Amino acid sequence: MKRLAIVASLLLLAGCAQPGDHGRTLRGTGDLGVIVERASGSVLVVETSHRSVLGRVDGLGDLSHASVVYSRDGRYAYVFGRDGGLSKVDLLSLEIDKRIVQSGNAIGGAISQDGRLIAAANYTPGGIRIFDADTLEPLSEVASTYGDGRQRAKVVGIADAPGNRFVFSLFEAGEIWVVDASEPRAPRLTKLAGIGRQPYDGFITPDGRYYIAGLYGEDGLALVDLWHLERGARKILAGYGRGEAPLPVYKMPHMRGWAVAGRLAFLPAVGRHEVLVIDTETWREAGRVKVYGQPVFAVAQPGARQVWVNFAFPNNGVVQVIDVPTLAVVKQLRPGRAVLHLEFTPRGEQVWVSSRDDNVVVVYDPTHYVERGRIPAARPSGIFFTARALKTGF
Amino acid sequence: MFPARLLAAIAGLSLALSALAAEPQGARRAALIDMVRQDCGSCHGLTLKGGLGPPLLPEALAGRDVLLLESVILNGRPGTPMPPWRPFLSEAEARWIAEQLKKGWPE
Repeated sequence: MKRLAIVASLLLLAGCAQPGDHGRTLRGTGDLGVIVERASGSVLVVETSHRSVLGRVDGLGDLSHASVVYSRDGRYAYVFGRDGGLSKVDLLSLEIDKRIVQSGNAIGGAISQDGRLIAAANYTPGGIRIFDADTLEPLSEVASTYGDGRQRAKVVGIADAPGNRFVFSLFEAGEIWVVDASEPRAPRLTKLAGIGRQPYDGFITPDGRYYIAGLYGEDGLALVDLWHLERGARKILAGYGRGEAPLPVYKMPHMRGWAVAGRLAFLPAVGRHEVLVIDTETWREAGRVKVYGQPVFAVAQPGARQVWVNFAFPNNGVVQVIDVPTLAVVKQLRPGRAVLHLEFTPRGEQVWVSSRDDNVVVVYDPTHYVERGRIPAARPSGIFFTARALKTGF
Repeated sequence: MFPARLLAAIAGLSLALSALAAEPQGARRAALIDMVRQDCGSCHGLTLKGGLGPPLLPEALAGRDVLLLESVILNGRPGTPMPPWRPFLSEAEARWIAEQLKKGWPE
């Protein structure tokens, strides 16, 4: 009888330990995320409920300028590395599920509306490549040829759009391309030319209707209404610098992120110590906020009351908080040296801020500006929570 | 003859001394090594194989003159996103960075 009990309990134990879960208990993924450790080619898998590290996944290559998108179930993080590496990381087993090197030099990527396709945006060779999200099998490529057809532009600002489309910009060509990947082995391409000089990044509005590219080569932004591609791109906030020479830019601003608060969009001004505020109903300037340095990320709190901003070298030790109703800076924090990124938890009760040169991610309560914790990390850059899985444009 | 040779010797010595002085030391050297990898790396890549900016690996810079590279580092390249780094670097430091990039950037 006693022996039977032991056998039964062994069987029970064996039943709990599924292959790949390393004896961990079952859990959801809604409070998970990854922190990119840019210099060591690794990510930390974290959870925000207790603010703890679940583990580290190594072997992801050159993660300078790495970005991450999530499978629609929030289990897999697709990590795009600078070296063209595309890794599918299982947040539950803490293992690399699949990994390929898909180009020589990449900038990021996107996941399709239906979650079945991954598109990687490449600098070398310029263009996008589309992969099966389960297997990472290559399905098709769209080369970013322009001009006489012999050059390829660097692809920037890729975003997913409704209709299983991907939208991106061509830096050297000054074009925005929309790829309909409904037939992923034969994608259909629409080119919008003459959108402005040197688009450097882009983002899509939370509803998936408008794509906006920031321009480096001129003061202004290019706006595309994805409901009406036949109308082409339109220049907005043209001449926002009012003829003043911009300052040198020591780090390119980023537009991807939740920069829309209510009907206002908050965007970094290139080469200026200003955040531009745009009314997304009229697409006119609704104000501008003087800030501490050149903004890199402007991220709206999920409640849309605040926008948090970090800055380019040499002002990158500071984060400022803009109050949305008054468009005033209401708080200045010093989380550490070289703040590279910030990410809110889905309901906005925490914001995680990475300090590359202090090897730490600092967690704040943004309502009271109180520090809630510190996560040690090696040269942390991007922070990506799984709530991105459920949002267009992330 | 003698004074001219002496002058040349002195000039040679001072050149050697300035070359020595140009080598940043200690904490400053470490900070410059880190700055090029991390901050230049945000456009040129952590491994300096290129990104929005061109590659800065020895093969890519083989045909480039050190003085030209020093000038690009200090003054930037108008019409491109390359900014001037003069506010943060001495001329000697920019020269040293150019020389090291041509040899292969230290870890």
